[in-house]
Amino acid sequence: MAFLKAVITRTLYAALLLAAVLVLNFSMMHLAPGDVADTISQSMGGADAAVLEEIRKDYGLDQPFLVQLGSYFNKVLHFDLGYSFFYNTSVTGLIMQKLPATLLLVVTAQVLALFVGIVLGVYSARNPNGLSSHFVSILALFGYSAPVFWTGILLLIGFSLNVHWFPVAGMYDLTVEGGFFVKLWDLIRHMVLPVITLSSIFLALYSRLCRATMMEVLGSDYIRTAKAKGLSEREIVYKHALKNSLSPVITLAGLQFSAVISGAVLVETVFSWPGLGTLAFQSIIARDTPTILGILFFSALVVIVGNLLTDLALRFVDPRIGRKG
Amino acid sequence: MKKLIQGFLAASALAMVFTSTLLMAEEPKKGGTLVTVLGSNPRNLNPAVQSGIVTGYPGAQLFAAPLRYDENWTPQPYLAESWKVSDDGLKVTLNLVKGATFHDGHPITSSDVKFSVKVIQENHPFKSMFAPVTSVDTPDDHTAVINLSRPHPALMLAMSGQLMAIIPEHIYGDGQKPKSHPRNNANVVGSGPFKLVEFKNGEHVILERFDDFFIKGRPYLDKIIMRIITDPTARAIALENGELHMAGFESLPRIINRLKKVKGLNVTPEGYGAIGPLDWLAMNAGSKGPTGNVKVRQAIAYAIDKNFILKALMQGTATEAKTGIHPDSPFYEGDVNNYALDLDKSNALLDEAGFPKKADGTRFGLTIDFGWPGVKPQVEYVKAALKKVGIAVTVRASADFPTWAKRMGSMDFDLSWDTVFNWGDPVIGVHRTYISSNIGKGVWSNTQGYKNARVDEILEMAAKESDPAKRKALYSEFQKIITEEVPVYWTNALPYHTIYSDKVGNPPLGIWGTSSPIDMTYLK
Repeated sequence: MAFLKAVITRTLYAALLLAAVLVLNFSMMHLAPGDVADTISQSMGGADAAVLEEIRKDYGLDQPFLVQLGSYFNKVLHFDLGYSFFYNTSVTGLIMQKLPATLLLVVTAQVLALFVGIVLGVYSARNPNGLSSHFVSILALFGYSAPVFWTGILLLIGFSLNVHWFPVAGMYDLTVEGGFFVKLWDLIRHMVLPVITLSSIFLALYSRLCRATMMEVLGSDYIRTAKAKGLSEREIVYKHALKNSLSPVITLAGLQFSAVISGAVLVETVFSWPGLGTLAFQSIIARDTPTILGILFFSALVVIVGNLLTDLALRFVDPRIGRKG
Repeated sequence: MKKLIQGFLAASALAMVFTSTLLMAEEPKKGGTLVTVLGSNPRNLNPAVQSGIVTGYPGAQLFAAPLRYDENWTPQPYLAESWKVSDDGLKVTLNLVKGATFHDGHPITSSDVKFSVKVIQENHPFKSMFAPVTSVDTPDDHTAVINLSRPHPALMLAMSGQLMAIIPEHIYGDGQKPKSHPRNNANVVGSGPFKLVEFKNGEHVILERFDDFFIKGRPYLDKIIMRIITDPTARAIALENGELHMAGFESLPRIINRLKKVKGLNVTPEGYGAIGPLDWLAMNAGSKGPTGNVKVRQAIAYAIDKNFILKALMQGTATEAKTGIHPDSPFYEGDVNNYALDLDKSNALLDEAGFPKKADGTRFGLTIDFGWPGVKPQVEYVKAALKKVGIAVTVRASADFPTWAKRMGSMDFDLSWDTVFNWGDPVIGVHRTYISSNIGKGVWSNTQGYKNARVDEILEMAAKESDPAKRKALYSEFQKIITEEVPVYWTNALPYHTIYSDKVGNPPLGIWGTSSPIDMTYLK
């Protein structure tokens, strides 16, 4: 019951937050000088003044601010995210078209980062002063501090240019013909570099955090008891220690979900991955207000859902959470 | 003169022999899929309602124009097998190729030409192209007569490349707004050598050979895949490892120079004469501040070392620009004041203009704007160069393009870096910057507030002068005046380059580059 109540209040807050985000974003977009008519004329190599006026009229940009805001809100309440000025198509359709690519990239990268991060963390916690543990630390530091676009381009130069192992850009090779498995293999080949790039930042975070909590847990009394009972090293580490050291990592992973999406903007641009990140970047540059707002709305939704899922996952890993008293 | 003509004839005969042997040596091969690239997402694929280079590339493949041009700026038959301009210059008759059809099998008729002209007049951003067109007569299915209110020599270039797409009336004339017509993006029915297979926003445009194209035996390619890759580095790497066969409009000096060294790749600046992109320093000539004074503008030009920009910033990839007309254009006049670096002259001019050096060594302050990050080095250089003559320049960055466009459009600037395209005939892309009736009409209008009665008069006359020699003389005088009064200081042609692999035969290197049909391009 307490859980349900928590979910309801959370959802209400989230809805309010979402509305505030929309108003704020809309106002900020409106405050900036110039508008999409300018970028449309840029894409056309210049346009007559009359044409600019016509574009503004077509898209209702000549209306007063409050009227524009009101009509936008009205549309959103009817689950319509509007019409993209720059792409000449509906925003919802655009987002739905790009979402699968981003989800595929982000979820794969997140799972990979979690898995490898935990393995590396556990490994280096067990021999904290070994050479390989230092190696893991350096790798983590490097992954965290190197800018994503730089890592991406470096990987591209190394593995696409010097040795032709992976393709440079996009999600699939349009010249590849064949059955399902040929296409799947092609997709995997295209995914390798962007997934590694995107997971590199989070890998660092997770492995460091896992290492720290693992070391703390390994030094605690109940582990000593377990050792005294004569349990095997394997059982102690994976059954007793790991479960207890995972909850901070999972919390962090949930919180980082928004960061994964923002990281995707850069990674997608570098690898021309046809996802939401590329779309967001290009609509910001084009000042395509409906698309930007639509993507922000959607990202906010994803983050909220991500946080809710984290909560549930935590309850599963650590049954003490959510219990009364 | 006679000798000159004879020499020219001899040279062209030689050239013909030369090209024909070349053609014999290499028979175009049929078939194959060309993988090429667009640097940004096209808003739609219909060049009748949307201009710009990313619409132009697929657009010129999907839709045919009446004329096409060779690399010497001579019009050639395309959808019009012949044409005639009446003696008074008020009637242009197009005789369409017989038996030409749209991609859905409907015949292309003169009423489609009439319809296309109307759509372009009403929707295309370049209003000057067809402004003098009063009506189009269609005496029969294969003859279209364009009636003009005054002679309009610019029409010839406006009927080529991506500028005059012949679109089917039975598709686009269904009452929906042409600008947002759903078939601009999907199920396109065109008149050109290739038909649309798929356009996926932000990902790719796929075209395939139209078997009933009106030029028999063409196009040579079976399929064209245009991938949309916005990151220039990713495009360069894809060219290098062979994922792309060809890319046009690459303009970053560092990438151009790197790809020049790659075996198997060809890098050429040819193919951009009609697009005519120019880099320049815009100065607010209509301002009440110092830049309103012609001597100050000349002093600024003298203080900027064009060689530094060409050699250091453009790394030798760009050609010098001296006037508002692209150096590859037949109307270009190179014999003008070029403002070679001369700091003494610059200082003297500033003194004359009434801005003596103050105790701290400065004369006055100016701001400089720029609209995209790529030109920041030029802007920083201008700041450093002008400091030497006592002008303190403050760089005003813009958050994004619209912010800058707004400042330019409302003439709220002193100096700004800018890149503007000629778009074929000067009437389309040159007049707009210098004619006083176009002051402050948004970005890429006469944002400098430049006003000269003689320039207005010349441009007015040149727009309707049918005699090419007289027209050239008018533009020559025009260029001498504007280089004397420098409302903008031209530094270089934007170094657009086409990069293609050894596998590509006959890449599009005519005056319109990839904004023209690539029906003759093939894969070896």
